[in-house]
Amino acid sequence: MSGMVDASSWGAALVRISPYTFSAIGIAISIGVSVLGAAWGIYITGSSLIGAAIEAPRITSKNLISVIFCEAVAIYGVIVAIILQTKLESVPSSKMYDAESLRAGYAIFASGIIVGFANLVCGSVSSFSSSFLTSFGFWIPLSDRLRFSCRLCVGIIGSSCALSDAQNSTLFVKILVIEIFGSALGLFGVIVGIIMSAQATWPTK
Amino acid sequence: MYGFEALTFNIHGGYLEAIVRGHRAGLLTTADYNNLCQCENLDDIKMHLSATKYGSYLQNEPSPLHTTTIVEKCTLKLVDDYKHMLCQATEPMSTFLEYIRYGHMIDNVVLIVTGTLHERDVQELIEKCHPLGMFDSIATLAVAQNMRELYRLVLVDTPLAPYFSECLTSEDLDDMNIEIMRNTLYKAYLEDFYKFCQKLGGATSEIMSDLLAFEADRRAVNITINSIGTELTREDRKKLYSNFGLLYPYGHEELAICEDIDQVRGVMEKYPPYQAIFSKMSYGESQMLDKAFYEEEVRRLCLAFEQQFHYAVFFAYMRLREQEIRNLMWISECVAQNQKSRIHDSVVYMF
Repeated sequence: MSGMVDASSWGAALVRISPYTFSAIGIAISIGVSVLGAAWGIYITGSSLIGAAIEAPRITSKNLISVIFCEAVAIYGVIVAIILQTKLESVPSSKMYDAESLRAGYAIFASGIIVGFANLVCGSVSSFSSSFLTSFGFWIPLSDRLRFSCRLCVGIIGSSCALSDAQNSTLFVKILVIEIFGSALGLFGVIVGIIMSAQATWPTK
Repeated sequence: MYGFEALTFNIHGGYLEAIVRGHRAGLLTTADYNNLCQCENLDDIKMHLSATKYGSYLQNEPSPLHTTTIVEKCTLKLVDDYKHMLCQATEPMSTFLEYIRYGHMIDNVVLIVTGTLHERDVQELIEKCHPLGMFDSIATLAVAQNMRELYRLVLVDTPLAPYFSECLTSEDLDDMNIEIMRNTLYKAYLEDFYKFCQKLGGATSEIMSDLLAFEADRRAVNITINSIGTELTREDRKKLYSNFGLLYPYGHEELAICEDIDQVRGVMEKYPPYQAIFSKMSYGESQMLDKAFYEEEVRRLCLAFEQQFHYAVFFAYMRLREQEIRNLMWISECVAQNQKSRIHDSVVYMF
Protein backbone atom coordinates (compact mmCIF):
# COMPACT_ATOMS: atom_id res chain seq x y z
CA MET A 1 0.00 0.00 0.00
CA SER A 2 2.67 2.45 0.94
CA GLY A 3 4.41 1.87 -2.36
CA MET A 4 1.37 2.87 -4.42
CA VAL A 5 0.39 6.04 -2.67
CA ASP A 6 2.35 9.29 -2.39
CA ALA A 7 3.41 9.56 1.24
CA SER A 8 2.19 13.13 1.71
CA SER A 9 -1.30 12.79 0.24
CA TRP A 10 -4.59 12.58 2.08
CA GLY A 11 -4.89 8.96 1.11
CA ALA A 12 -1.69 8.15 2.94
CA ALA A 13 -2.87 10.08 5.98
CA LEU A 14 -6.13 8.17 6.14
CA VAL A 15 -4.41 4.86 5.82
CA ARG A 16 -2.12 5.68 8.73
CA ILE A 17 -4.99 6.16 11.15
CA SER A 18 -5.02 3.18 13.43
CA PRO A 19 -7.80 0.66 12.77
CA TYR A 20 -8.43 0.61 16.49
CA THR A 21 -9.51 4.23 16.24
CA PHE A 22 -12.00 3.46 13.55
CA SER A 23 -13.38 0.51 15.47
CA ALA A 24 -13.72 2.44 18.67
CA ILE A 25 -15.47 5.30 16.96
CA GLY A 26 -17.79 2.86 15.23
CA ILE A 27 -18.77 1.29 18.52
CA ALA A 28 -19.32 4.69 20.09
CA ILE A 29 -21.49 5.87 17.25
CA SER A 30 -23.55 2.73 17.32
CA ILE A 31 -24.65 3.22 20.90
CA GLY A 32 -24.51 7.00 21.10
CA VAL A 33 -26.48 7.91 18.03
CA SER A 34 -29.02 5.14 18.61
CA VAL A 35 -29.77 6.52 22.03
CA LEU A 36 -30.00 10.04 20.57
CA GLY A 37 -32.56 8.78 18.09
CA ALA A 38 -34.54 6.97 20.76
CA ALA A 39 -34.61 10.03 22.99
CA TRP A 40 -35.67 12.25 20.13
CA GLY A 41 -38.50 9.91 19.21
CA ILE A 42 -39.64 9.63 22.81
CA TYR A 43 -39.89 13.36 23.38
CA ILE A 44 -41.82 13.88 20.16
CA THR A 45 -44.33 11.24 21.15
CA GLY A 46 -44.38 12.11 24.83
CA SER A 47 -45.24 15.79 24.53
CA SER A 48 -48.22 15.08 22.30
CA LEU A 49 -49.30 12.20 24.52
CA ILE A 50 -49.33 14.35 27.64
CA GLY A 51 -51.44 17.06 26.03
CA ALA A 52 -53.88 14.69 24.38
CA ALA A 53 -54.35 12.68 27.56
CA ILE A 54 -55.83 15.67 29.34
CA GLU A 55 -59.02 15.57 27.31
CA ALA A 56 -58.97 11.85 26.60
CA PRO A 57 -57.34 9.99 29.51
CA ARG A 58 -58.15 6.58 28.06
CA ILE A 59 -55.38 6.81 25.45
CA THR A 60 -52.47 6.79 27.86
CA SER A 61 -51.95 3.07 28.34
CA LYS A 62 -52.27 2.07 24.71
CA ASN A 63 -50.03 4.82 23.43
CA LEU A 64 -47.16 3.78 25.60
CA ILE A 65 -46.53 1.24 22.86
CA SER A 66 -45.18 4.06 20.71
CA VAL A 67 -42.72 4.95 23.43
CA ILE A 68 -41.71 1.33 23.77
CA PHE A 69 -40.99 1.10 20.05
CA CYS A 70 -38.66 4.05 20.38
CA GLU A 71 -36.98 2.49 23.38
CA ALA A 72 -36.42 -0.73 21.43
CA VAL A 73 -34.12 1.18 19.16
CA ALA A 74 -31.85 2.14 21.98
CA ILE A 75 -31.69 -1.52 22.90
CA TYR A 76 -30.70 -2.44 19.34
CA GLY A 77 -27.87 0.03 19.66
CA VAL A 78 -26.68 -1.50 22.94
CA ILE A 79 -26.81 -5.02 21.55
CA VAL A 80 -24.85 -4.14 18.46
CA ALA A 81 -22.30 -2.20 20.49
CA ILE A 82 -21.73 -5.23 22.68
CA ILE A 83 -21.38 -7.47 19.65
CA LEU A 84 -18.97 -5.08 18.01
CA GLN A 85 -16.75 -4.77 20.98
CA THR A 86 -16.31 -8.52 21.14
CA LYS A 87 -14.99 -8.35 17.59
CA LEU A 88 -12.22 -6.02 18.61
CA GLU A 89 -9.00 -7.98 18.99
CA SER A 90 -5.40 -7.04 19.39
CA VAL A 91 -2.98 -7.54 16.55
CA PRO A 92 0.83 -7.45 16.80
CA SER A 93 2.12 -4.00 15.95
CA SER A 94 3.94 -5.25 12.88
CA LYS A 95 0.62 -6.15 11.32
CA MET A 96 -1.31 -3.12 12.52
CA TYR A 97 -1.35 -1.36 9.15
CA ASP A 98 -1.82 -4.41 7.02
CA ALA A 99 -4.67 -4.46 4.61
CA GLU A 100 -6.43 -7.12 6.64
CA SER A 101 -6.33 -5.12 9.84
CA LEU A 102 -7.50 -1.99 8.14
CA ARG A 103 -10.35 -3.94 6.63
CA ALA A 104 -11.42 -5.23 10.01
CA GLY A 105 -11.24 -1.77 11.47
CA TYR A 106 -13.30 -0.28 8.69
CA ALA A 107 -15.85 -3.07 8.93
CA ILE A 108 -16.49 -2.36 12.58
CA PHE A 109 -16.64 1.40 11.91
CA ALA A 110 -19.12 0.98 9.10
CA SER A 111 -21.21 -1.40 11.13
CA GLY A 112 -21.40 1.12 13.92
CA ILE A 113 -22.41 3.93 11.62
CA ILE A 114 -25.04 1.81 9.91
CA VAL A 115 -26.69 0.84 13.13
CA GLY A 116 -26.37 4.25 14.72
CA PHE A 117 -27.86 6.31 11.96
CA ALA A 118 -30.41 3.71 10.97
CA ASN A 119 -31.70 3.84 14.49
CA LEU A 120 -31.51 7.63 14.63
CA VAL A 121 -33.72 8.08 11.67
CA CYS A 122 -36.06 5.15 11.99
CA GLY A 123 -38.12 7.09 14.48
CA SER A 124 -39.56 9.68 12.19
CA VAL A 125 -42.42 8.82 9.92
CA SER A 126 -45.06 11.25 8.98
CA SER A 127 -48.38 11.39 10.63
CA PHE A 128 -51.21 9.52 9.04
CA SER A 129 -52.42 12.60 7.30
CA SER A 130 -49.31 14.42 6.23
CA SER A 131 -46.83 13.47 3.61
CA PHE A 132 -43.66 13.78 5.65
CA LEU A 133 -42.98 10.10 5.17
CA THR A 134 -42.53 10.61 1.47
CA SER A 135 -40.41 13.68 1.86
CA PHE A 136 -38.13 11.99 4.37
CA GLY A 137 -37.83 8.66 2.64
CA PHE A 138 -36.89 10.16 -0.67
CA TRP A 139 -34.73 12.99 0.53
CA ILE A 140 -32.32 10.90 2.48
CA PRO A 141 -29.79 9.33 0.16
CA LEU A 142 -29.62 5.60 0.29
CA SER A 143 -26.04 4.60 0.12
CA ASP A 144 -25.19 1.06 0.97
CA ARG A 145 -23.16 2.16 3.93
CA LEU A 146 -25.20 4.93 5.42
CA ARG A 147 -28.85 4.19 5.30
CA PHE A 148 -30.69 6.86 7.15
CA SER A 149 -33.87 5.54 8.52
CA CYS A 150 -35.36 7.53 11.32
CA ARG A 151 -36.09 6.71 14.89
CA LEU A 152 -37.53 10.14 14.54
CA CYS A 153 -39.88 8.13 12.33
CA VAL A 154 -41.50 6.20 15.13
CA GLY A 155 -41.55 9.32 17.32
CA ILE A 156 -43.45 11.44 14.84
CA ILE A 157 -45.89 8.67 14.05
CA GLY A 158 -46.30 8.08 17.75
CA SER A 159 -47.27 11.72 18.20
CA SER A 160 -49.87 11.57 15.45
CA CYS A 161 -51.08 8.23 16.80
CA ALA A 162 -51.74 9.76 20.21
CA LEU A 163 -53.61 12.72 18.76
CA SER A 164 -55.78 10.67 16.46
CA ASP A 165 -56.50 8.03 19.08
CA ALA A 166 -57.82 10.83 21.28
CA GLN A 167 -60.31 11.80 18.58
CA ASN A 168 -61.30 8.38 17.28
CA SER A 169 -60.19 5.22 18.98
CA THR A 170 -60.57 3.00 15.93
CA LEU A 171 -57.56 4.67 14.36
CA PHE A 172 -55.05 3.47 16.91
CA VAL A 173 -54.36 0.03 15.52
CA LYS A 174 -54.14 1.27 11.96
CA ILE A 175 -51.53 3.86 12.78
CA LEU A 176 -49.69 1.34 14.90
CA VAL A 177 -49.17 -0.67 11.72
CA ILE A 178 -47.38 2.29 10.18
CA GLU A 179 -45.21 2.51 13.27
CA ILE A 180 -44.32 -1.15 13.01
CA PHE A 181 -43.16 -0.61 9.47
CA GLY A 182 -41.11 2.31 10.64
CA SER A 183 -39.57 0.18 13.32
CA ALA A 184 -38.59 -2.36 10.73
CA LEU A 185 -36.24 0.19 9.23
CA GLY A 186 -34.13 0.14 12.36
CA LEU A 187 -34.13 -3.62 12.26
CA PHE A 188 -32.76 -3.54 8.71
CA GLY A 189 -29.94 -1.41 9.95
CA VAL A 190 -29.15 -3.85 12.76
CA ILE A 191 -29.16 -6.82 10.40
CA VAL A 192 -26.83 -5.19 7.92
CA GLY A 193 -24.61 -3.99 10.73
CA ILE A 194 -24.25 -7.46 12.16
CA ILE A 195 -23.50 -8.92 8.76
CA MET A 196 -20.82 -6.29 8.20
CA SER A 197 -19.26 -6.94 11.56
CA ALA A 198 -19.20 -10.70 10.97
CA GLN A 199 -16.49 -10.23 8.42
CA ALA A 200 -14.29 -8.20 10.74
CA THR A 201 -11.47 -10.74 10.97
CA TRP A 202 -8.20 -9.42 12.28
CA PRO A 203 -5.01 -11.01 10.97
CA THR A 204 -3.75 -13.80 13.20
CA LYS A 205 -0.25 -13.68 14.64
CA MET B 1 -37.50 24.26 6.57
CA TYR B 2 -40.84 23.25 5.15
CA GLY B 3 -41.39 19.58 5.62
CA PHE B 4 -39.10 19.09 8.58
CA GLU B 5 -41.08 20.89 11.23
CA ALA B 6 -41.99 17.55 12.68
CA LEU B 7 -38.47 17.24 14.05
CA THR B 8 -38.51 20.20 16.38
CA PHE B 9 -42.08 21.51 16.67
CA ASN B 10 -42.93 19.32 19.62
CA ILE B 11 -40.21 20.84 21.78
CA HIS B 12 -42.26 23.96 22.41
CA GLY B 13 -45.56 23.31 20.74
CA GLY B 14 -46.33 19.63 21.16
CA TYR B 15 -48.24 19.88 24.43
CA LEU B 16 -50.33 22.87 23.38
CA GLU B 17 -51.14 21.42 19.99
CA ALA B 18 -52.39 18.26 21.66
CA ILE B 19 -54.50 20.37 24.04
CA VAL B 20 -56.06 22.41 21.27
CA ARG B 21 -56.93 19.25 19.38
CA GLY B 22 -58.60 17.97 22.52
CA HIS B 23 -60.65 21.17 22.68
CA ARG B 24 -61.58 20.77 19.04
CA ALA B 25 -63.01 17.35 19.82
CA GLY B 26 -65.37 19.14 22.21
CA LEU B 27 -66.94 21.37 19.57
CA LEU B 28 -70.64 20.77 18.98
CA THR B 29 -71.53 18.37 16.19
CA THR B 30 -74.52 18.29 13.90
CA ALA B 31 -76.25 15.86 16.25
CA ASP B 32 -75.85 18.33 19.11
CA TYR B 33 -77.23 21.13 17.00
CA ASN B 34 -80.22 19.00 16.03
CA ASN B 35 -80.94 18.38 19.69
CA LEU B 36 -80.64 22.05 20.46
CA CYS B 37 -82.92 23.04 17.60
CA GLN B 38 -85.63 20.83 19.04
CA CYS B 39 -85.63 22.63 22.37
CA GLU B 40 -88.78 24.37 23.52
CA ASN B 41 -87.28 26.95 25.82
CA LEU B 42 -84.00 28.19 27.18
CA ASP B 43 -83.95 25.79 30.09
CA ASP B 44 -83.99 22.91 27.63
CA ILE B 45 -81.04 24.45 25.91
CA LYS B 46 -79.22 24.72 29.21
CA MET B 47 -79.94 21.07 29.88
CA HIS B 48 -78.62 19.96 26.51
CA LEU B 49 -75.55 22.11 26.88
CA SER B 50 -74.79 20.64 30.27
CA ALA B 51 -73.85 17.41 28.53
CA THR B 52 -71.26 19.22 26.45
CA LYS B 53 -68.10 21.02 27.51
CA TYR B 54 -70.16 24.08 28.40
CA GLY B 55 -71.78 22.23 31.25
CA SER B 56 -69.66 23.54 34.08
CA TYR B 57 -70.12 27.10 32.92
CA LEU B 58 -73.88 27.07 32.75
CA GLN B 59 -74.84 24.90 35.65
CA ASN B 60 -74.91 27.65 38.25
CA GLU B 61 -77.14 29.99 36.38
CA PRO B 62 -80.54 30.68 38.00
CA SER B 63 -83.59 29.58 36.15
CA PRO B 64 -84.99 32.51 34.15
CA LEU B 65 -82.17 32.43 31.64
CA HIS B 66 -81.54 35.10 29.06
CA THR B 67 -79.86 34.53 25.74
CA THR B 68 -77.19 37.03 26.66
CA THR B 69 -76.30 34.96 29.71
CA ILE B 70 -75.86 31.84 27.64
CA VAL B 71 -73.65 33.68 25.16
CA GLU B 72 -71.66 35.30 27.93
CA LYS B 73 -70.93 32.04 29.70
CA CYS B 74 -69.95 30.28 26.51
CA THR B 75 -67.62 33.13 25.66
CA LEU B 76 -66.13 32.68 29.12
CA LYS B 77 -65.18 29.14 28.19
CA LEU B 78 -63.45 30.39 25.06
CA VAL B 79 -61.54 32.94 27.11
CA ASP B 80 -60.47 30.36 29.68
CA ASP B 81 -59.19 28.04 26.99
CA TYR B 82 -57.31 30.90 25.37
CA LYS B 83 -55.74 32.10 28.59
CA HIS B 84 -54.62 28.61 29.49
CA MET B 85 -52.94 28.22 26.13
CA LEU B 86 -51.40 31.68 26.24
CA CYS B 87 -49.75 31.19 29.59
CA GLN B 88 -48.21 27.89 28.49
CA ALA B 89 -46.91 29.21 25.18
CA THR B 90 -43.40 30.39 24.38
CA GLU B 91 -42.21 32.61 21.57
CA PRO B 92 -43.17 32.71 18.73
CA MET B 93 -46.38 30.93 19.58
CA SER B 94 -47.27 33.47 22.26
CA THR B 95 -46.99 36.31 19.75
CA PHE B 96 -49.15 34.32 17.38
CA LEU B 97 -51.80 33.85 20.05
CA GLU B 98 -51.68 37.54 20.93
CA TYR B 99 -52.37 38.42 17.32
CA ILE B 100 -55.62 36.53 17.53
CA ARG B 101 -56.82 38.99 20.17
CA TYR B 102 -56.16 42.21 18.30
CA GLY B 103 -59.25 41.85 16.14
CA HIS B 104 -61.38 41.80 19.27
CA MET B 105 -59.52 44.79 20.68
CA ILE B 106 -60.35 46.79 17.58
CA ASP B 107 -64.01 45.82 17.90
CA ASN B 108 -64.07 46.85 21.54
CA VAL B 109 -62.46 50.22 20.83
CA VAL B 110 -65.01 50.96 18.15
CA LEU B 111 -67.85 49.79 20.42
CA ILE B 112 -66.88 52.16 23.19
CA VAL B 113 -66.26 55.12 20.93
CA THR B 114 -69.59 54.64 19.15
CA GLY B 115 -71.39 54.17 22.41
CA THR B 116 -69.90 57.33 23.83
CA LEU B 117 -70.96 59.18 20.72
CA HIS B 118 -74.53 58.09 21.37
CA GLU B 119 -74.28 59.12 25.01
CA ARG B 120 -74.28 55.71 26.63
CA ASP B 121 -72.78 55.02 29.98
CA VAL B 122 -69.19 53.80 29.94
CA GLN B 123 -69.73 51.01 32.45
CA GLU B 124 -72.59 49.62 30.44
CA LEU B 125 -70.43 49.62 27.34
CA ILE B 126 -67.53 47.91 29.07
CA GLU B 127 -69.80 45.09 30.08
CA LYS B 128 -70.69 44.53 26.47
CA CYS B 129 -67.08 44.35 25.33
CA HIS B 130 -65.63 41.05 24.23
CA PRO B 131 -63.48 39.70 27.06
CA LEU B 132 -60.65 38.70 24.78
CA GLY B 133 -60.18 42.25 23.64
CA MET B 134 -59.94 43.95 26.98
CA PHE B 135 -56.94 46.02 27.89
CA ASP B 136 -56.16 48.17 30.88
CA SER B 137 -57.03 51.67 29.89
CA ILE B 138 -60.11 50.85 27.90
CA ALA B 139 -62.43 53.01 29.99
CA THR B 140 -60.45 56.12 29.10
CA LEU B 141 -61.62 55.81 25.52
CA ALA B 142 -64.82 57.54 26.48
CA VAL B 143 -62.99 60.78 27.09
CA ALA B 144 -61.49 61.25 23.63
CA GLN B 145 -63.00 63.78 21.25
CA ASN B 146 -61.19 63.06 18.04
CA MET B 147 -58.84 60.47 16.68
CA ARG B 148 -55.65 62.23 17.56
CA GLU B 149 -56.69 62.38 21.19
CA LEU B 150 -57.83 58.79 21.02
CA TYR B 151 -54.38 57.80 19.97
CA ARG B 152 -52.45 60.05 22.28
CA LEU B 153 -54.44 59.31 25.42
CA VAL B 154 -55.11 55.63 25.21
CA LEU B 155 -54.04 53.68 22.22
CA VAL B 156 -50.39 54.56 22.09
CA ASP B 157 -49.76 52.15 24.98
CA THR B 158 -51.68 49.27 23.49
CA PRO B 159 -50.55 46.79 20.86
CA LEU B 160 -52.84 48.60 18.40
CA ALA B 161 -50.54 51.62 18.27
CA PRO B 162 -48.68 50.71 15.05
CA TYR B 163 -51.97 50.29 13.21
CA PHE B 164 -52.92 53.90 13.73
CA SER B 165 -50.45 55.58 11.43
CA GLU B 166 -52.89 55.65 8.55
CA CYS B 167 -55.84 57.12 10.34
CA LEU B 168 -54.49 59.90 12.48
CA THR B 169 -56.64 62.84 11.58
CA SER B 170 -58.08 65.62 13.67
CA GLU B 171 -61.57 65.04 12.41
CA ASP B 172 -64.29 64.63 14.93
CA LEU B 173 -65.58 61.17 15.53
CA ASP B 174 -68.88 60.55 13.86
CA ASP B 175 -70.46 57.34 12.65
CA MET B 176 -68.94 57.38 9.21
CA ASN B 177 -65.45 58.18 10.41
CA ILE B 178 -65.63 55.54 13.08
CA GLU B 179 -66.49 52.90 10.53
CA ILE B 180 -63.64 54.08 8.34
CA MET B 181 -61.35 53.97 11.36
CA ARG B 182 -62.46 50.44 12.18
CA ASN B 183 -61.78 49.23 8.68
CA THR B 184 -58.45 50.99 8.41
CA LEU B 185 -57.31 49.51 11.71
CA TYR B 186 -58.46 46.08 10.71
CA LYS B 187 -56.69 46.36 7.38
CA ALA B 188 -53.42 47.27 9.10
CA TYR B 189 -53.90 44.42 11.58
CA LEU B 190 -54.53 41.85 8.85
CA GLU B 191 -51.49 42.94 6.90
CA ASP B 192 -49.32 42.82 10.00
CA PHE B 193 -50.59 39.36 10.90
CA TYR B 194 -50.00 38.20 7.34
CA LYS B 195 -46.42 39.43 7.38
CA PHE B 196 -45.83 37.76 10.73
CA CYS B 197 -47.09 34.44 9.44
CA GLN B 198 -44.93 34.71 6.34
CA LYS B 199 -41.96 35.20 8.62
CA LEU B 200 -42.80 32.05 10.55
CA GLY B 201 -42.62 30.02 7.38
CA GLY B 202 -43.49 26.38 6.87
CA ALA B 203 -46.95 24.94 7.15
CA THR B 204 -48.05 27.81 9.42
CA SER B 205 -47.46 30.41 6.75
CA GLU B 206 -49.10 28.35 4.05
CA ILE B 207 -52.30 27.63 5.95
CA MET B 208 -52.55 31.04 7.60
CA SER B 209 -51.98 32.81 4.29
CA ASP B 210 -54.96 31.00 2.87
CA LEU B 211 -57.15 31.76 5.88
CA LEU B 212 -56.12 35.41 6.11
CA ALA B 213 -56.51 35.94 2.37
CA PHE B 214 -60.05 34.64 2.61
CA GLU B 215 -60.68 36.99 5.53
CA ALA B 216 -59.30 39.96 3.59
CA ASP B 217 -61.38 39.14 0.53
CA ARG B 218 -64.51 38.66 2.58
CA ARG B 219 -64.02 42.02 4.25
CA ALA B 220 -63.47 43.65 0.87
CA VAL B 221 -66.79 42.30 -0.36
CA ASN B 222 -68.58 43.35 2.81
CA ILE B 223 -67.10 46.85 2.69
CA THR B 224 -68.21 47.15 -0.94
CA ILE B 225 -71.73 45.98 -0.28
CA ASN B 226 -72.13 48.11 2.84
CA SER B 227 -70.87 51.25 1.18
CA ILE B 228 -73.11 51.05 -1.87
CA GLY B 229 -75.33 54.08 -1.72
CA THR B 230 -73.37 55.89 0.99
CA GLU B 231 -71.16 58.88 0.46
CA LEU B 232 -67.94 56.89 0.60
CA THR B 233 -65.97 57.74 -2.53
CA ARG B 234 -64.30 55.18 -4.71
CA GLU B 235 -60.79 56.16 -3.66
CA ASP B 236 -61.71 55.97 -0.01
CA ARG B 237 -63.27 52.60 -0.56
CA LYS B 238 -60.19 51.34 -2.33
CA LYS B 239 -58.01 52.50 0.55
CA LEU B 240 -59.88 50.17 2.88
CA TYR B 241 -59.02 47.01 0.98
CA SER B 242 -56.02 44.98 2.20
CA ASN B 243 -52.86 44.53 0.19
CA PHE B 244 -53.01 40.80 -0.14
CA GLY B 245 -55.48 38.08 -0.98
CA LEU B 246 -56.91 36.60 -4.10
CA LEU B 247 -58.62 39.82 -5.09
CA TYR B 248 -55.51 41.98 -4.87
CA PRO B 249 -54.96 44.06 -7.00
CA TYR B 250 -57.26 43.62 -9.98
CA GLY B 251 -60.32 42.49 -8.09
CA HIS B 252 -60.04 45.51 -5.83
CA GLU B 253 -60.02 47.88 -8.80
CA GLU B 254 -63.19 46.33 -10.09
CA LEU B 255 -64.86 46.21 -6.72
CA ALA B 256 -64.11 49.86 -6.08
CA ILE B 257 -66.35 50.94 -8.94
CA CYS B 258 -69.27 48.63 -8.17
CA GLU B 259 -72.57 50.34 -7.58
CA ASP B 260 -74.88 47.44 -6.84
CA ILE B 261 -74.84 43.84 -5.78
CA ASP B 262 -75.14 42.35 -9.21
CA GLN B 263 -71.99 44.14 -10.27
CA VAL B 264 -70.25 42.75 -7.19
CA ARG B 265 -71.42 39.30 -8.15
CA GLY B 266 -70.09 39.83 -11.66
CA VAL B 267 -66.67 40.71 -10.28
CA MET B 268 -66.52 37.82 -7.82
CA GLU B 269 -67.58 35.21 -10.31
CA LYS B 270 -64.30 35.60 -12.10
CA TYR B 271 -62.56 33.94 -9.15
CA PRO B 272 -63.38 30.23 -8.92
CA PRO B 273 -63.39 29.87 -5.12
CA TYR B 274 -65.82 32.76 -4.76
CA GLN B 275 -67.88 31.82 -7.74
CA ALA B 276 -68.91 28.71 -5.85
CA ILE B 277 -70.11 30.89 -2.97
CA PHE B 278 -72.04 33.31 -5.11
CA SER B 279 -73.64 30.61 -7.16
CA LYS B 280 -75.55 29.49 -4.08
CA MET B 281 -77.51 32.71 -4.06
CA SER B 282 -80.07 33.70 -6.62
CA TYR B 283 -79.93 37.08 -8.26
CA GLY B 284 -80.68 40.15 -6.22
CA GLU B 285 -80.46 38.41 -2.85
CA SER B 286 -77.83 39.34 -0.33
CA GLN B 287 -79.06 37.99 3.00
CA MET B 288 -77.64 34.57 2.37
CA LEU B 289 -74.24 35.97 1.51
CA ASP B 290 -73.15 36.16 5.14
CA LYS B 291 -74.09 32.58 5.78
CA ALA B 292 -72.40 31.42 2.57
CA PHE B 293 -69.20 33.17 3.63
CA TYR B 294 -69.39 31.67 7.11
CA GLU B 295 -69.84 28.21 5.66
CA GLU B 296 -66.83 28.60 3.41
CA GLU B 297 -64.77 29.93 6.31
CA VAL B 298 -65.74 26.99 8.51
CA ARG B 299 -64.83 24.57 5.75
CA ARG B 300 -61.37 26.07 5.44
CA LEU B 301 -60.86 26.20 9.20
CA CYS B 302 -61.70 22.52 9.54
CA LEU B 303 -59.13 21.74 6.87
CA ALA B 304 -56.45 23.43 8.97
CA PHE B 305 -56.68 20.54 11.41
CA GLU B 306 -55.61 18.06 8.77
CA GLN B 307 -51.94 18.91 9.15
CA GLN B 308 -49.88 18.56 12.25
CA PHE B 309 -47.00 20.64 13.66
CA HIS B 310 -48.14 24.16 12.86
CA TYR B 311 -49.78 27.10 14.64
CA ALA B 312 -52.80 27.58 12.41
CA VAL B 313 -54.74 25.04 14.48
CA PHE B 314 -54.92 27.59 17.29
CA PHE B 315 -56.34 30.26 15.04
CA ALA B 316 -58.76 27.77 13.52
CA TYR B 317 -59.92 26.59 16.94
CA MET B 318 -60.62 30.14 18.15
CA ARG B 319 -62.56 30.98 15.02
CA LEU B 320 -64.57 27.77 15.15
CA ARG B 321 -65.50 28.46 18.76
CA GLU B 322 -66.61 31.94 17.88
CA GLN B 323 -68.75 30.54 15.08
CA GLU B 324 -70.22 28.06 17.52
CA ILE B 325 -71.08 30.85 19.94
CA ARG B 326 -72.78 32.71 17.10
CA ASN B 327 -74.74 29.56 16.32
CA LEU B 328 -75.77 29.20 19.94
CA MET B 329 -76.84 32.81 20.08
CA TRP B 330 -79.00 32.42 17.01
CA ILE B 331 -80.55 29.20 18.26
CA SER B 332 -81.25 30.70 21.68
CA GLU B 333 -82.84 33.78 20.16
CA CYS B 334 -85.02 31.72 17.85
CA VAL B 335 -86.13 29.49 20.70
CA ALA B 336 -86.75 32.40 23.06
CA GLN B 337 -88.84 34.25 20.49
CA ASN B 338 -90.66 31.15 19.32
CA GLN B 339 -89.47 31.40 15.74
CA LYS B 340 -88.08 27.93 15.36
CA SER B 341 -88.82 27.81 11.67
CA ARG B 342 -86.05 30.28 11.10
CA ILE B 343 -83.41 28.41 13.04
CA HIS B 344 -81.86 26.78 10.01
CA ASP B 345 -81.42 30.10 8.26
CA SER B 346 -78.31 30.96 10.07
CA VAL B 347 -76.78 27.96 11.81
CA VAL B 348 -73.51 26.83 10.25
CA TYR B 349 -72.82 23.20 10.92
CA MET B 350 -69.21 22.24 11.46
CA PHE B 351 -68.83 18.50 11.53
